[in-house]
This record gives sequence, C-alpha cells and structure tokens, in this order.
Amino acid sequence: MTSSEILFDTPADPAVEGPVLQVEDLHVSFPSEAGRVQAVRGLTYQVSPGEVLGIVGESGSGKSVSSLAVMGLLPESARITGSIKFQGRELIGRTDTELSKIRGRRISMVFQDPLSALTPVYTVGDQIAEAILVHRGGAVSKSAAAKRAVELLDLVGIPNAAERAKAFPHEFSGGMRQRAVIAMAIANDPDLIIADEPTTALDVTVQAQVLQLLETAQEVTGAGIVIITHDLGVVAGFADRLMVMYAGRAVETGKVEEIYTQPRMPYTLGLLGSIPRLDVGEKQALVPITGQPPSLTDLPPGCPFAPRCPMVVDACHTAEPPLIDVDGSPEHRAACIRTGEIAATDAEGAEAAAEIFGAEVVEEAEIAKVPREQRDTVLELDHLVKEYPVNKGVVFKRRVGTVHAVAGITFDIREGETLGLVGESGCGKTTTLMEILGLEKPMGGEISVLGTNVSSLDSKRRKAIRRDMSVVFQDPMASLDPRLTINDVIAEPMQVHGYAKDEINRRVPELMRLVGLRPEQLSRYPGEFSGGQRQRIGIARALALEPKLVVLDEPVSALDVSIQAGVINLLEELKSKLGLAYLFVAHDLSVVRHIADRVAVMYLGKIIEIGEVNAVFDAPRHPYTQALLSAIPIPDPVKERQRERIILTGDLPSPANPPSGCRFRTRCFLHASLPPEQQRTCIELEPPREEQAPDHEAACHFAQIRQVL
Amino acid sequence: MTVILNEGDSAGTTGAASGSPVDAAPEPEKAMTRGRLVFIRFLRNKLALVGLVVIIGMYVMAFVGPLLSKWTYDTQDYSAFLEPPYSEHIFGTDKIGTDMFALTMRGLQKSLLIGLLVALISTTVAAVVGATAGYFLGLADKALMWVVDLLLVLPSFLIIAILSPWFRGKSWWLLVLMLAAFQWMITARIVRGMTLTLKEREFVKAAKFMGQPAGTIIRKHIVPNMASLLIIDATINVGSAVLAETGLSFFGFGVQSPDVSLGTLIGGNAESATTFPWLFLFPAGFLVVFVLAVNWVGDGLRDALDPTSTRVRKREKKDTKEKAA
Amino acid sequence: MAGFLLRRLVNYVVLALVATFLAFTLASATFDPIGVLQQRNPPPPAASIEAKKRELHLDQPIPQRFVTWMSGVVRGDFGQTIADRPITDELGRRIGVSLRLFLIGITLGILFGVLLGVVSAIRQYKFSDYFATVFSFILLSTPVLVLGPLLKIGAQSLNNAIGTNVLIFVGETTPGFQGTWLEQLGDRMQHLILPTLAIALGQIAFYSRYQRSSMLDVLGSDFLRTAQAKGLTRRKALFKHGLRTALIPMATLFAFGFGLLVVGGTFTEKIFTWYGMGDWLVVGIGSQDANITATVTLFVAVCVLFSGWLADVLYAALDPRIRVN
Repeated sequence: MTSSEILFDTPADPAVEGPVLQVEDLHVSFPSEAGRVQAVRGLTYQVSPGEVLGIVGESGSGKSVSSLAVMGLLPESARITGSIKFQGRELIGRTDTELSKIRGRRISMVFQDPLSALTPVYTVGDQIAEAILVHRGGAVSKSAAAKRAVELLDLVGIPNAAERAKAFPHEFSGGMRQRAVIAMAIANDPDLIIADEPTTALDVTVQAQVLQLLETAQEVTGAGIVIITHDLGVVAGFADRLMVMYAGRAVETGKVEEIYTQPRMPYTLGLLGSIPRLDVGEKQALVPITGQPPSLTDLPPGCPFAPRCPMVVDACHTAEPPLIDVDGSPEHRAACIRTGEIAATDAEGAEAAAEIFGAEVVEEAEIAKVPREQRDTVLELDHLVKEYPVNKGVVFKRRVGTVHAVAGITFDIREGETLGLVGESGCGKTTTLMEILGLEKPMGGEISVLGTNVSSLDSKRRKAIRRDMSVVFQDPMASLDPRLTINDVIAEPMQVHGYAKDEINRRVPELMRLVGLRPEQLSRYPGEFSGGQRQRIGIARALALEPKLVVLDEPVSALDVSIQAGVINLLEELKSKLGLAYLFVAHDLSVVRHIADRVAVMYLGKIIEIGEVNAVFDAPRHPYTQALLSAIPIPDPVKERQRERIILTGDLPSPANPPSGCRFRTRCFLHASLPPEQQRTCIELEPPREEQAPDHEAACHFAQIRQVL
Repeated sequence: MTVILNEGDSAGTTGAASGSPVDAAPEPEKAMTRGRLVFIRFLRNKLALVGLVVIIGMYVMAFVGPLLSKWTYDTQDYSAFLEPPYSEHIFGTDKIGTDMFALTMRGLQKSLLIGLLVALISTTVAAVVGATAGYFLGLADKALMWVVDLLLVLPSFLIIAILSPWFRGKSWWLLVLMLAAFQWMITARIVRGMTLTLKEREFVKAAKFMGQPAGTIIRKHIVPNMASLLIIDATINVGSAVLAETGLSFFGFGVQSPDVSLGTLIGGNAESATTFPWLFLFPAGFLVVFVLAVNWVGDGLRDALDPTSTRVRKREKKDTKEKAA
Repeated sequence: MAGFLLRRLVNYVVLALVATFLAFTLASATFDPIGVLQQRNPPPPAASIEAKKRELHLDQPIPQRFVTWMSGVVRGDFGQTIADRPITDELGRRIGVSLRLFLIGITLGILFGVLLGVVSAIRQYKFSDYFATVFSFILLSTPVLVLGPLLKIGAQSLNNAIGTNVLIFVGETTPGFQGTWLEQLGDRMQHLILPTLAIALGQIAFYSRYQRSSMLDVLGSDFLRTAQAKGLTRRKALFKHGLRTALIPMATLFAFGFGLLVVGGTFTEKIFTWYGMGDWLVVGIGSQDANITATVTLFVAVCVLFSGWLADVLYAALDPRIRVN
C-alpha cells in the first residue's frame, strides 16, 4: 500500500454535505403471471456519510430490489417511481450512460453469490483493473491500473496478491472471490457501498473474515454502507442504524441498540424471538411466526403483517399503519398502531417476544431422565473412513490422488438423544451422513445401527433396518417429488415396507396432524405448499415407519428465520413425544445449541471436539471450535461489540492433501503462537481425541479452555 | 466428441429439448397448479397454438382429404398430362396424368405416419435407455455414450443410405424401425444427463433410503419428472423423423415404390421445379408447413414448461399499451 | 494442455477408423454389385462375372477385404470403382469441390448466425427478435432438398426479369467457358452463389438459435450485473463480458454443425449438379460400390472429427476453466 499513483481521496469528501443517499417514497413493481408484484411499496430512508445502515428482512421483503433500484440495475420490466437522490442528485430517470459514470465510481455494490459474480473468462486482476480503467481510463495507464489491482487484492487480504491477480475466478474459493468483489467495490473510493447479503453464501469463519473486511473497507474509504441481510446477528455488531422491511415496506427503523432491546413492531419482535441464541445455555422458548408473508400481487388493505400478528385487532385491517415515532424518540419509528402496548410489557427483546407470541419451552422426553449409559445405542460409528479417488486423464484415466473425505470418525447416539454434527462445508459431514444412510459396508471402520453391524447385512435385513432409520433433507423444494400428491409422498415408505392399505389410509392423516398440517390437504401437490409446510411433510414421511433414529440433514437452513423456529419446535416436540434419537447435521451452531444434547465438531474429515452441548459451547477446548464459535454473530449489539473475535486466516486446505500431524495447524492461531519445538509436535504428531472433562473430548495437543461467547 | 449438446442446454429447435435440465420445482404460494399454469402459458403463445391446429389439421386432411376427391393416387386422367392447377385438378397433374392432390395426400399420409411412429418409438427407447444408463452408470452407460459419439461421426443418414439396398422391396415398416433405431440416441443422452441431475435430488435419495428398489425409483420418480422434456422431445422428433424420411426418400434410399411419401414426390419432381413448379411446390409446401408447425409447438411447450420464461413481461407491456391507446 | 489435445486427437483417429470400418462392413454386407452387373442387357458372360468377383475380392471374408482396402488407403490407394476406375484419381477433385462449398458455407453460417443470435437475444421479444426467430424457424423447417429447388425457382424468375442469366444453377463452371482469369472468376461466382446460399442459410438459422439462447443465459447472469456495477454501460458489459462468455458453448456446437453441413452438402451437390463427395456417395450407393461408399465415409468422418478437434482447441482457447485442466 505504499507507492501507488492512484490514491484514495481523503476520507469523507468535504465537497458534499447532507446524506449520501436519500430514498423517498420508492415504489418498484414487476409484471408476473399472477399480476403486478408490488415489490417495494413506498420506501423512505437515508444514509449519512460514513454511516452503516442495516436492512433486515426475509426473502421477498423487497430489500434487494430497493438496492438494485438505487444502482439502476433492475430489469427493464420494472416500474420505478419515487425519488432516489445520491448526494443531492436525482438518479431515477437517468440514462444508463449517465448512471454508469456513478456506478462503481461513487456507489459500488457487493453481491450475494460470489461464485457467479465474476466473469469466468477474465483474470481476477484484469477485472479489478477494469473497474479503475472504466472510470479513469484517460488518467491512468493500463499498467498502473494492473499494479493498483494487485495492491487492492493485497488490501483485501489475498495472500501472494501479485501472483493471484493472474488467476481466473474458478481458481479462487468463494471467500476469496467475495474479497475480489470487495476489492472492485472499493477500487474507486466510493461514497456509498451497498452490500447485498454479502456473507449469506459463505461459511461462518469466512463470513467473519468478510465482515471484518467490510469494516476495513469502510474505514479506508469513509463511505456510507448499506448492508442487506436476513440474519439479525450479522448486522448487530456492524450497523449503526437498522431498517426492518416487511412486504415491501419499512416496518421499523432506528438505532441498532434500540431495536434489539426495545422492538416496537410485532414482526421485529417475532424475528428476534425466533432466533436460537448461541450464548444462552438453558432451554429457550423459540417464537414461531405462523403463516406466510403475503403475496405482493394483491395486498388487502390494512397492515400486511396482521394475518400473522398475535396482537391483531380489528383496527389493523382498516388501513396500513404509517411509520410513527415511538418512545418519544424521533430516530426510532415503527409501523404499528399498538406500539404503546408493546412498550408497556415488562420484558425486553426476545423475552418480550416469547411473552407476546406465547412461546413455550418444550418438555423433555421421558427417556431423557434415564442416565445416558443405561440407554440403548441406536447408532455407532467406529473409525469410519470414506475416500474418493481423484482421477485425471480423458482417454486413459489414472488415479492421481485420494480425497480423504471422512478420515476415521467415531461417535455413538443413544436412545432419545440428539447429536449435533457441525462443521463448515467440505468437512465431511454430508459424506458421513450418506455413508450411514447407505447402509453399505464402509471402506474402513464400522457402522452399527441398533446394535447391528451393517457390514454383515444381506439385502433383506438391510431393508428391515431401513424401517428404524429415516432421513429429513435440507431443501424442502427438492425433497418431495413434485409429481406425487402429499398422500402418496407420505404413504410411499409404508408401501415399500408392505403395510396394508387400510393401515396406510389410517396412518397418513394421523401423520399429517402430528406435524401440524390439516389432513384435508392430502390430495394436493407439494408445489402448493410453502417451504415450512413442505419441511413438515418431509418430517411426516420420515416418521411414517415409526423409526428409532431420524437423520436430519440441515433441516432448517433453507427456511426463513420466522419459519425456522416453528420447525425446530416441532422437531423438539416429536422427539419428546415419540422418544426419537436425532442425528442433526448443521452448520448453524446456534440451532445446534438449542436442539442438541451432545455436539461433535468436524474439521477436514475428523471429529476434533465432541461432548455435552453446554460443555463444548461454554468451555471449548479445541482452537477450531473456539474460532467457529467466535465467528458466529450474536443478535445483541452490546455483547457483539464487546466480543473478541478470532479470525481464522486462509481457506480450508484440500481434503486430497491434508496437512501432516494436526489437520488444523495451518490455520491455527494457537499453533502460530507456540514456540518452535511445540509447533513441531503439531506438525509431526496427529493429536488423539482425549478426554478433557466428563463427556467432553478434544483432539488438540495443547487444548485449553477459552471462552468466546 | 465430448459434447453434442450440453445436456439441458437451452437452445434452438434441432437439438431437441432444453430449458431447465430438470423440471424445476414450482414456486410456493402459487394459487395455480402447475398443469394449469403450463396450459395457460401455452395458450398465450399464439404461434404454438396455430402450430397445433395446423398439425391436427394436416393429420385429418391426410386421411380424410383423399375421400373427398374424385381422383385417387393410382388412377390417371388421360385427358390431362402435366396440367397446372385448375378446377378439375386443384394441384395439377403429373406427366402420366395422376392427380397431384391425391398423390400429395397419399405421400403426406405416409410421411406423417412414419414421423409419428418413429417419434413414439425413439422417445420411448430414449427414456428407458437414458434413464437406466444414467441411474446405474457403469458399462451400459459407457456403451451408450460411445454409440452417441460414433453416430456423430457416422451420420445416421449415411448408415440408412448404405443399408437401403437391403430393404428395397420390403415393407416401409422396416424404414420406420431403421429411423427409430438411429434417432433415439441424442434424446437418450439428454435423458441420461437429466437422470444424473435427478438422481442427486433429495426426493430420489429419500426413496432410495426408505428401501425403494431401483426399478421403481426410475419408474415412479425419475421418468415422470422428465415428462415435460419427453413431450417436447417427442414433438420435435416427429419433425426430425419426417425430415429424415424425406431426405432418404429424396435419393430413393427411403420409402420405395409403390409407396409414395413427401420425400419421393419432392425427389422425383425437384428436377422439374423450374419448369413445372406445381409438381414440386405442393409436396414441398406441405413438408415445410408441417415441420414448421411441429417446431413451433415444441418451442411453445418449452416456453410454457420453462419456469424462467419471461414472455409474460412483453405481454403485459403490450396490454398496458393497448389500454393506453 | 497440449497433451490433452493430443489425446483427443488420438481418440478421434480411433473413432474415424471404427466409423469407416462400420461403413465398409455394412456396405459390403448389403451391396450386391454382381447382381447389378447381371441385370445388364445383354447380361455379361459368366467368365467375366467370375473375374469381377475376384477383382472385387468378393471371395474373401469382409474383414479381410477391409484390411486389403485399408492397407491400400494407407499407401494412398483407395482402390477401384466397380467400373474399374481408380478412386484416388477422382478423389482430389471431388474433395476440392465439396470443401469449397463447405468452408464458405460454414464461415458465413457462423458469422451471421452468431450476429443474428446476439441481436435477437439483446432485443428479446422486440420486433427484430421476432423477425429473426421466425426467419430461423422457417429455415430450420426447410430442408435443403426444398430450399435448393426453391432457390432455383427464385433465380429463374430473377434471370427472367433481368433478361440474362445472372445466377446459374447447374454445375460449377460453364462448360467450355473461355476468358481472362477475372471472367473465369466471375463465371464461378455466378455458379457459386446459389449452392452457397442453400448451405449457409440453414447454418445461419442453426447457429443463431443456439447463440440466442446462450446469450440469454448470460444476460441474466450475476457477473454481467457485477460488470455494470463496476461502471460499464449495459452495452459495453454485454459485449465485453457477455458475448465473450456466451461464445464458449458455441465452440462445442461447431462439430455438431459440421455433421449437419456434410449431410446438407449431399443434397446441395445433387440439386445444383456439383460433382463433389456427396454426389459421389449417391453414385456409390446407387451402383452398390463398397469402395466408393467407404471412401466417402472416411472423408465425412475425417471432416467431422477435424472440426470436433478444432472445437476442442477453440473451447480450450475460449474457456480458462478447461485450459487449466
């Protein structure tokens, strides 16, 4: 960052006064099959220089559309009215050529999916240099721009930047690509950066890196930032002000602290109450918001949240409530006619939500009272190994390496127990799952289901075991055959296992009621249900054969937060009612803390820490667990700002070529701080899993407790 | 060759189906069912609708038309040789006095029949082979891919042409089988690609993990979910089969006398196209209109079945313009 | 990278050999040249038929015949026709005729096809898109065997209207035409225009449909949005980032388009009386001559495979994701 011809302007351009961005009464609509979709309906907000505004909302709330409108990047079919003023100049109605002079120069944008955000055929360096050349082509030479691109890559933390600038996007990992996009966004020292779900597609440790980078970018450029997210945690520590959107409108705005502690709109309240907290040990009541966001084609009069609101009164249906000042603070505004009553409740934040929405803690199952050792083992893995060959060559394939996807993992699940299996993408948790579900003889190690070793199974007994183990998948859109009715979907497992017709006809409606759906809907097709409902249908199917063990593969990660809570509550209820054991695979540690009894953390095909859930979360021993926990944002601005964050460097090493000794050592902060002779231990010796406390094991030579929550 | 058409590549008409590789799951909270939505979208596409009417009309005409004419394809009018169209012979006559309308209808019958049969057989074979190969992979799959590769090098036109002396004088059924035998491979390859995608879909995995046997999974979950692709492909295959038949018959490698098809008529009369155009133009016109209609219907179906289709936008713009006017 | 392309080349050579072997075997098994000979009037004496059998190696099993023929091919001798003329003598001239037609046709086809496709995609659902769509649909539904005679009819009326023969549709040159090289060239051009159009129009339609859909895929892509967010105007982003990426899938189509071209070329040559390879195939099958048939197949295979290999090279050049492999 030393000798560059192109320098940033001084932070905070003195030439402009007042807000950088001023949006007033913005309306955006699109044509669709069912009529015009009113995606944004009268949105007003502003961003001051250097300010960070968080826009929070669920999918379809209009948060992304409104930002694309600012950039002038909406498709031609969009109809836009209202006013968008950037540094006092109106943007609506400008030609593409005029807007292109502002885009990338004064306002820049970071998109959600870094994997597809870069043009695959040009090098990363060229694409960053292009961002400079397109605006300063006359003043800056090509070589200077290329040099600047390298500096920017260095600034955003790409190691070996000069070399990496020559790489193509596909050679970059997701996190690195997002860094490159941010480098592009700050290349011309913009006055406003819009980040649209910049971390949604990334793993938590990478998310922490990118969030930190955005903070750096804000410091370097002094730009105002609009950060759009569905995750209330992400913005808690970063944003100054918050705007909550619902059905195309702002329903609550204000200072971050105020909104988190004193939400005054039931929707905000519900959102806060529906998030499982990473930092809460005791069982917490999750608030499910019933129903669905409304369709934006044909909104009835009145508050759009009214059909889902626990506080609804007749007056809510007459007119849409405007944003009004609450608690006498001009900065905190909410669109609800009953803000006063919410303010009157004693509780704050999430607790108030539980009170108002009437959420309750699910009772524990009978079986949970039996000590763990005395319960039957439903699933046992003993040094399970799964490897894939890496082949090269087109005509003659030859093996050039091995991906060690699962490198000897051991755990067991007892009756009525939930084990959370967590780890980032590529850690081998899905492979483990598929190995368990496949019921085939493993490459190495043993899998036992209900005491039966699967290696010795013939096809008949394998089928018999399938009755006791079922699965719920992540994607509610893909997990139900769209061509079958719900009745056929739920009946299928029973048909496979030869249930009598009468029995099936009796059980199917029963299962529907069990998962909280109406049996009258049985003749419908999956396409007619919402994501949450479909996930419930998937659960009903999994329960059809009355299994002992249900394998849950990220069952809530594809759902909006408000829907998520309902499904988590259902899973807890069923577990308690039916005495089920769960293998709960997830990347979201907050959900795991809420639902699991024990947790296993995976890294590069190995379990590096396992134990009772509160022990692992409150007193993590392994540096990776510590980093993982510290990377997860907590929806509490005060706590979040005080927390120390461990930022891991670099990306996950390739499982085809894992580091020697301890697999985590290449990214380990503890390893880096050790004297050389101890470092040698990490490099040469693979740490064994050792007991650290009762029911708490970790695989680290230098394990020590570090509290990060 | 590595790629013929990228599986699921959205593309023009010749290369069979496209759009999304797999029927996308419809969006939630849609009041309309998928079937109804597809139907509405198809109806909205005027060209496809016209195409459908034309196709049905031509099948009806080919089989009913000859009954309405007083001439038949095997009788001659000795008072009219090489007459251009006039009231007595609406399509004119050829050099031995056969009524061209009767002859064209006769040819149309054969061509349309061959097209329909070939499309049905080849699409069925493609669905079975493609889905099986894609689901089980292994040797059968390798063999399929290799055959498809080879077929690219050795066009089916060439093979059937080479084999034509062998089926000379035999039934036209043989030609149907030959055409079908060489038309299923490309569709099978696309079906294979889609099966690979579908196999990874969670509902297929769910069926597998509940103990559903592979055969049932293919029949119950995989093939029905490719229905739209198969319908589009079958439609377009009717057109390709008619074109393939005409091409072969043009050189005398396809339909053999005494049978006539559009191809034999066009081939026999191409030389006289500049001197006695009606001999050529009528069969050629029917051929082009039919294939065009088939392609339009195929395209309309693709649009209707493709959830990302954006035609509605244009539609709406037009509506608002009309309202404004 | 070079290793990759070399391996592909080896793969293609193997495919070409297999294709030729298949064609030779099928032809030898189905053809009955002696039968053709015996039908002559007056029938040839038995002794000369026996001599012919030996000369054509009909007493040997088919694989042996193939080995005999192939070992000749390696030395540059493609054997004799049934009429005792060495194939090699005619081969060069005929290849020249066909390649002239193909190369001009495919160049025009790709150039205008890509252009039309891009314009169509950018102006989706506007008038120019509809026009291009209708245009290419009609052309795709009009096989060369109809398009050729239609062009002839059109040329005839044009010539009649002007009063001189501007467009000539028989042969490559006017027999016995004398003149300076410029006049010779002019004469060739007069002959060339129609057959080239017959080939190129179909190719334009084919490539434009694929380019349109490939471009449409890119139009909705995130990276195009990123490019605009950087400050590129939509037009500039479209051409610099969009078109460049949308061209990648086109490379793989190149080989496929060439296969279509070769078959189409057969009709073009027949219709416009050019004595090229396609015409020879028809002659070969007509006279039941296995050597001619196998030679033409080898030529077709080499053409398709060369274009396939070129497509691989092009693909690697266009797409860095392949290049690294």
